[in-house]
Amino acid sequence: MELYEYKASELSEMLGKGEISSKELTKSVFDRIEKTEPAIGAYLTLNRESALAEAEKIDERRASGEELPTLAGIPIGIKDNISTSGIRTTCASKMLENYTPVFDATVITKLKKAGAIITGKLNMDEFAMGSSTETSYFQPTKNPFDTSCVPGGSSGGSAAAVASMEAVMALGSDTGGSIRQPSSLCGVVGLKPTYGSVSRYGLVAFASSLDQIGPIARSVKDSAMLFDAICGHDSMDATSARRDYAPISGTLDGDVRGLRIGIPKEYFGDGIKPEVKEAVMNSVKALESRGATVREISLPSTEYALSAYYIIACAEASSNLARFDGVKYGYRCENPENLMDMYERTRSEGFGREVKRRIILGTFVLSSGYYDAYYKKAKLLQKRIRSEFDSSFNDIDVIITPTSPFEAFKFGDKMDDPLAMYSADICTVTVNIAGLPAVSVPCGYSDTGLPYGMQIIGRSFDERTILNTAYAHEIDFGGFRAPVILGKEVEL
Amino acid sequence: MIKGYEVVVGLEVHAELNTATKIYCSCKNSFGLEVNTQVCPICLGMPGTLPTLNEKVVEYAIKMGHALNCGINRICKQDRKNYFYPDLPKSYQISQADIPLCHDGYLDIIVDGETKRIGVERIHIEEDAGKLLHSDKFDGSLVDFNRCGVPLIEIVSRPDMRSSDEAKAYLETIRSILRYIDISDCKMQEGSIRCDVNVSVHKPGEPLGTRCEMKNVNSFSAVVHGIDYEANRQIEILEAGGTITQETRRWDDAKGESVSMRSKEDAQDYRYFPEPDLGTIVVSEEKVQYLKDTLPELPNARIMRYMESCGLSYNDAAMIVDVPEKAELFDKTLEACCKSGKLLSNWILGEISKLMNDGTDISNTNLTPEKLAKIVNYIDSGKISTAAGKKVFDAVMSDNADIDEFIEKNSLSQISDVSSLEKIASEVVSQNEKSVTDYKNGKTNALGYLVGQCMKASKGKANPAVMKELVLKLLED
Repeated sequence: MELYEYKASELSEMLGKGEISSKELTKSVFDRIEKTEPAIGAYLTLNRESALAEAEKIDERRASGEELPTLAGIPIGIKDNISTSGIRTTCASKMLENYTPVFDATVITKLKKAGAIITGKLNMDEFAMGSSTETSYFQPTKNPFDTSCVPGGSSGGSAAAVASMEAVMALGSDTGGSIRQPSSLCGVVGLKPTYGSVSRYGLVAFASSLDQIGPIARSVKDSAMLFDAICGHDSMDATSARRDYAPISGTLDGDVRGLRIGIPKEYFGDGIKPEVKEAVMNSVKALESRGATVREISLPSTEYALSAYYIIACAEASSNLARFDGVKYGYRCENPENLMDMYERTRSEGFGREVKRRIILGTFVLSSGYYDAYYKKAKLLQKRIRSEFDSSFNDIDVIITPTSPFEAFKFGDKMDDPLAMYSADICTVTVNIAGLPAVSVPCGYSDTGLPYGMQIIGRSFDERTILNTAYAHEIDFGGFRAPVILGKEVEL
Repeated sequence: MIKGYEVVVGLEVHAELNTATKIYCSCKNSFGLEVNTQVCPICLGMPGTLPTLNEKVVEYAIKMGHALNCGINRICKQDRKNYFYPDLPKSYQISQADIPLCHDGYLDIIVDGETKRIGVERIHIEEDAGKLLHSDKFDGSLVDFNRCGVPLIEIVSRPDMRSSDEAKAYLETIRSILRYIDISDCKMQEGSIRCDVNVSVHKPGEPLGTRCEMKNVNSFSAVVHGIDYEANRQIEILEAGGTITQETRRWDDAKGESVSMRSKEDAQDYRYFPEPDLGTIVVSEEKVQYLKDTLPELPNARIMRYMESCGLSYNDAAMIVDVPEKAELFDKTLEACCKSGKLLSNWILGEISKLMNDGTDISNTNLTPEKLAKIVNYIDSGKISTAAGKKVFDAVMSDNADIDEFIEKNSLSQISDVSSLEKIASEVVSQNEKSVTDYKNGKTNALGYLVGQCMKASKGKANPAVMKELVLKLLED
């Protein structure tokens, strides 16, 4: 078994015991990248030289007897909308093709402090707008389970890198499902933490009130480890929650006796592929046989969630993306005739179609005369959706749904039909609207071997319960199944 | 009233607050430093940065709210005002839209001795933008982002002013308050107070006219000229049978005229919405009360106190209060047992103002309130003459002279002792019979001669006022 194949929890132990060095592990991951990246296309920027140098430093510190954090020496990939000082951060947009930040996001500062090794920057939908990573300006990322299919999105590069073992773990960001949906489509574990539990400082904003950074990994324990490292209050982010964050990774035991599971009927409707429903319900039954209780619940406002989500997210995006104007950094059109011409051409040429569609939509819903009809109403719906979740959690502990209505789809399948693409988020957006934590775990495979995902939603700041439920499921269902890439791989 | 029209004026005053750091980052809040040195990723609006509110800004704004008798919205929010301009790095300004921090207050102004109450609609907090730099030395325009994120309050008056004089008095009073509660440097030439003016005209008894907003009115004289210009422009249009169109105009101070910027139809849609990067502002009741209780005495109250307890005229009191350093010296000198406020005010508005106008920082000189009190008291009691007082004052300023020693050494004290002066008076009167006769025959200037002879006999030390009294008494007998 190659070093890149191991999970972070295993590697952490091996590193701790001195059985392996971070340098050989990091080399192994970069060798893997060299081999599979041409087929996958997960990375936009590789950080090979610095990563190896950092790994060496970690090894030296460990050799000197220093006690190091659990993530020390472990190679982690970063979604390209998370600011990394000195490493290009493009948001997969022409607009930021040559933008190199001068500061680290808080999560990067935390990872560096924990001794994690940054492998590079991962592809995504442009400015995190999309569900297939097809809106990236630079390249498509292929699904490791079938390279003719999309990896999902927007954190498609992160999920594909983890699934193809081009990174031990990765950071993604989730505004409406952007961690969970690609994790589902790539057969890995993706956690969208409670809004406010992970600092957004340094995450290039798409929709500020919905965005959240989270881990993508090949096991539940690994996601918990990475979450433990990045969560916590941050004085640089006013929306960061001031509270105690007890470490979770050591507490997972898979004990779900007495756990009350709610199955919302609205998430198992006609739009969801029957095989997906079946896979999810089989997993729920397994949890039931471990001592959990299951009952059907109703979240009636779910049908409005997608509309409310696209209004709020686009409204905020239209304002957040206004700073890309050609004045300070990033793309500027050539030979502008005057200020207005510079603004118009810079933004017309620098942004892709989907980004422009959402900016226009968001600008419209905030315009005077339409604000009340759209934005204000969407915010009211948000309140209602939140309170429906809140009252559900009075007598249940977790809610289980499919993550995505269907498995990975072919390139181009939904690119010409934005509404079809948006409906891929139908199961995930409510969680962002309500600010809740949710994890996606693999729960089945299609005839052609494409993964299905199950979403476990919990109470605010109760990441531990959803991760422990996911852990129990993982014990029954089995861990990560490696994809066969280039037809040369042996199943693990 | 101009040609039977009443002018209606409302003001929006932007004041930069003098907090140590900017409103949403920890950059220093200071003026006049090298271009683009007081900046960080946050105030430059770099991708991924987030604002965090400087709580001092909220405190300062609440202080102003109290000073202007406003209600305080203890729970309020911040909103984004979206528009594109190169000096606005995020392409939105964080401001407050529908729920300002302070609301519904008023300010009493005094014009021609009459007090008038001007309504204050709201005070909200927001961030300043940067500055565009234009020069022959380079092509195009450059941006200085130092000012980005400097905290501002916007004070919006109700349309309660009826002349440019009232607007000027309102602005002066606002500026004076800002100085007294020490939340702004109030330097108009540095742009720390800026003003938008709304003007309309109508005939009394008729509904209010259509208003025009004038921007870029950046000095007190520009406010006066701008309002007068705009009122006359509107009246001329109406008199010629035209109608006023609602628009935004730009005041060109150099040309002394306003030009149209955009009409109502072209008005920008700022697409305000709640700032999702910042939480709700919640200020405790205790804090609001504390800020009210610790507010210093405000300028208007001070003017009234000087008028009532020191007998100063409104103009003198206002002139002293207008400059906090003068008012402070005035109060401290009174505290140091200065007995005549009236005489003290003459000194402060005379000698001392002269020095201050030349740039002297009085608190950095040898003149302490105690010394000033002593000089004024000596003049007041007649111990020294006003002219001698000036000499003493100069000696204190230049050499930190001991006042009593200086008076002694230079024989500056006056004789005000009646019995010794009486002796001189009767001697002079008895030696100048001709003058006495002249006086009695109606030649009143003989009195001056006699007093002059007395002064001479006293070697100039007699208190002339007392001397005159005594001579007069002898002549009348």
